Amino acid sequence: MADMVHTAHSPALVHQFETKEQQHDAGSLGMWVFLATEIMFFGGVFMSYIVYRALHLEAFIQGSHFLDVTFGATNTAVLICSSLTMALAINAAQTGKSKSTIITFLGLTMLLGAAFLFIKFAFEWTHDWTEGLVPGLHFTYSGPHASGVELFFCFYFFMTGLHALHMVIGLGILATLTVMAYRGRFNSDYYAPLEMSGLYWHFVDIVWIFLFPLLYLIGGRYGGGH
Amino acid sequence: MSTAVADVHEVPVESRVNYLNASYGIKSWLFTTDHKRIALLYLASITFMFFVGGTAAVLMRIHLIEPQGALVQPETYNKLFSIHGIVMVFFFLVPSIPATLGNFLVPMMIGARDLAFPKLNLLSWYIYITGAIFTLYAVISGGVDTGWTFYTPFSSLYSQTHVIATALGVFITGFSSILTGLNFVVTIHKMRAPGMTWFRLPLFIWAMYATSVIFILGTPVVAIAMFLVGLERLLHVGIFDPAVGGDPLLFQHLFWFYSHPAVYIMILPAMGVISELVTCFAKKRIFGYSIVAFSSMAIAVISFLVWGHHMFVTGQSVYAGLIFSVLSFLVAIPSAIKVFNWTSTLYKGSISYEAPMLYALGFIGLFTMGGLTGLFLASLATDVHLSGTYFIVAHFHYIMVGGAVMGYLGGIHFWWPKITGRLYPDAWARFAALVVFVGFNLTFFPQFMLGYLGMPRRYAVYPEEFQVLNVMSSAGASILGVGYLIPLIYLIWSMRYGPAAGPNPWGARGLEWETPSPPPTENFEEIPIVTEEAYNYTGARQTLG
Amino acid sequence: MSEHIVPVKNYVAVFLSLLFLTGLTTKVAFIDLGQTAIGKTHVIDWNTVAALVIAVLKMLLVVLFFMHVKYSPGLTRLVIAAGFFWLAIMIALTLSDELARGWTGTPQPWSLLLPIFHPYL
Repeated sequence: MADMVHTAHSPALVHQFETKEQQHDAGSLGMWVFLATEIMFFGGVFMSYIVYRALHLEAFIQGSHFLDVTFGATNTAVLICSSLTMALAINAAQTGKSKSTIITFLGLTMLLGAAFLFIKFAFEWTHDWTEGLVPGLHFTYSGPHASGVELFFCFYFFMTGLHALHMVIGLGILATLTVMAYRGRFNSDYYAPLEMSGLYWHFVDIVWIFLFPLLYLIGGRYGGGH
Repeated sequence: MSTAVADVHEVPVESRVNYLNASYGIKSWLFTTDHKRIALLYLASITFMFFVGGTAAVLMRIHLIEPQGALVQPETYNKLFSIHGIVMVFFFLVPSIPATLGNFLVPMMIGARDLAFPKLNLLSWYIYITGAIFTLYAVISGGVDTGWTFYTPFSSLYSQTHVIATALGVFITGFSSILTGLNFVVTIHKMRAPGMTWFRLPLFIWAMYATSVIFILGTPVVAIAMFLVGLERLLHVGIFDPAVGGDPLLFQHLFWFYSHPAVYIMILPAMGVISELVTCFAKKRIFGYSIVAFSSMAIAVISFLVWGHHMFVTGQSVYAGLIFSVLSFLVAIPSAIKVFNWTSTLYKGSISYEAPMLYALGFIGLFTMGGLTGLFLASLATDVHLSGTYFIVAHFHYIMVGGAVMGYLGGIHFWWPKITGRLYPDAWARFAALVVFVGFNLTFFPQFMLGYLGMPRRYAVYPEEFQVLNVMSSAGASILGVGYLIPLIYLIWSMRYGPAAGPNPWGARGLEWETPSPPPTENFEEIPIVTEEAYNYTGARQTLG
Repeated sequence: MSEHIVPVKNYVAVFLSLLFLTGLTTKVAFIDLGQTAIGKTHVIDWNTVAALVIAVLKMLLVVLFFMHVKYSPGLTRLVIAAGFFWLAIMIALTLSDELARGWTGTPQPWSLLLPIFHPYL
């Protein structure tokens, strides 16, 4: 059979692409298109939140005041740090730094991501549980605007939960990247998986950048929340 | 046996290595990453789901022979129309052309060896199967009675059926569409052969691209809608419960934001097929290539602006209704443009009436009728009268069945020789096409009249005076069912006994016709270099070699 | 690879700006920026505006620099723009319903001239 005549490819080029550049461009576009779907996915929940916030502003302000701004702000800072370390991990590969540098930055990113989840689950969510603010499972608030507050917390848990799920998946991806880096797969010529995963990680950071003010800072805190 | 590249017409199909015989065994199919095999996996699955949904329809039509219902209890009838809608929309129509013909043809038409992400392609099929299993589980264990539209608060609070399993099935299958759309967009952008500029692409590719845009941007939102309904049922929290401040219409916004563009997911690929069929069987270039291409994109964009026309009578603000009504009139324009373009293509063409062409001609007429009746529904005042009646049912079946399914069948017949390397018996195919056409019109035209006269949809019983039209409709449905069974038989027969097809039995233009039938796994020996415009027909009916 | 390499100090500058903006939005939340009425029934809450403006600025910093969109081809920007545009459509048209529900008053005869022409129709 007429053999496929290939120019010498490095093992990283898969059969459906003709050049590494095409492969890289396709991967990059694919990740961006995926992020566009994520914009609409989170967007659906954000839209629902916006609608209910418009319809039940007082209740949502009330609900928001149950959230701890310090934890929220800290978590925002934690994620911003993790975005920096992620960008530095890619930069390390791009500039041909040693694999231990790449692994260090990936490790820091994972650590910060885990810290975010720890603060969220061990401090915020357990506190919400003990305060009886978990709709459907343990909701005991009966003050003013009780049903609106319950609606607020439905969305609080749904939105932060969906975000946390994406974080957990991100941690899994980072762990995989760490293993790949350990095996010496990345260098200044090939770091596409780091780049694509970086895009995902930054996107999850951006979602939180909007979640924080929308959930924690509604209606301002000048009314008396802490 | 010589394995050098020989005159492919003299080599019997079986002895040449192609994607079908390149490897054997169930694992070579279940773990394939070849887009052509994945297309066949989808073909088998959606055909199965089509007959599941079709069975529900048959039972419904039998039941409706009698005004008091001839077959089932009203509760069961509710489940029948729900299952019919859910299975047909999410598990047949949405994936039909994109996942079968799209998967098979997109790389071939642009001169690529495969899609950009072959493993994601396989994953999308497994995701589809997983979603189908959840939904079939719901069907077997008692069904769901919310309608395919899952309106709240019935679905979230009151229904006693398997809503969560079904919603989960729909949620999961949505990701299959998203991955397919993602794959197509990246492939079309990045993997066109040298010389295949955007405006040399077959219009089928433009249609697939436009459909993929809708897949990508619309499907995530219905996923959220399903998720919230499931959440409300599971945790008994009033997300859509008016008593605690929820808004049932919010669900409808989330649902229809996807589901209206979804109907364009169903029709755009069929329109793409029609462009291919009409040019081939009139042996003429498409009239107004760029306009048709831009119309596909315009339909994709405008389709996202009109969803509120499904909510004119459910409590939506009149002001929003006004906006959506105007936008709904706008969306008709690009579709109408395409009909004019196809008709102009036919004018002074060298027309032949093979089965694919019969389906294409049927499409043009029936889609036009369905589309025009949509204008009655886009108009606020008439919609008040027609909403919730059989007029709506007839309207969307004219488009979905008279349009999309006929486009699908036309495409399957047209590319069948390429996919299988075999010819089917065209006499039987033409006969079946006519049976489908007659059966279809007898089924659904009376429904326009029923709706206009006031018969509500989704009702298990109806007033006596509607019986004649109902019986006509049911008679038509039985004819239509026969019309669908006939192709199943002869197409499967042809896979074993049909004569060898050769690379281009229709004398069509396009890169896919320049490969052997069936194609080799890698599609092309060498990536072609494109120098011609699309549809470079000269008017004379000639087969290539 | 002809990839633009962003200097580390740029990343650090973006990082510090992000932290600053986070602190800013938190602080501003505790200050009442007031509200301005528009029309009869709606107000602009300046705290909300401030929070959203800052969030958008932070997002732009992440998108342009951390995600390299400043150095990316036009197709990438088109995809991002499409995503946000579609989100905007969804929110705007849904709100056009949700916020306008109560606007319709009691039904009136649709034309004052109708009683004049009616006998002739």
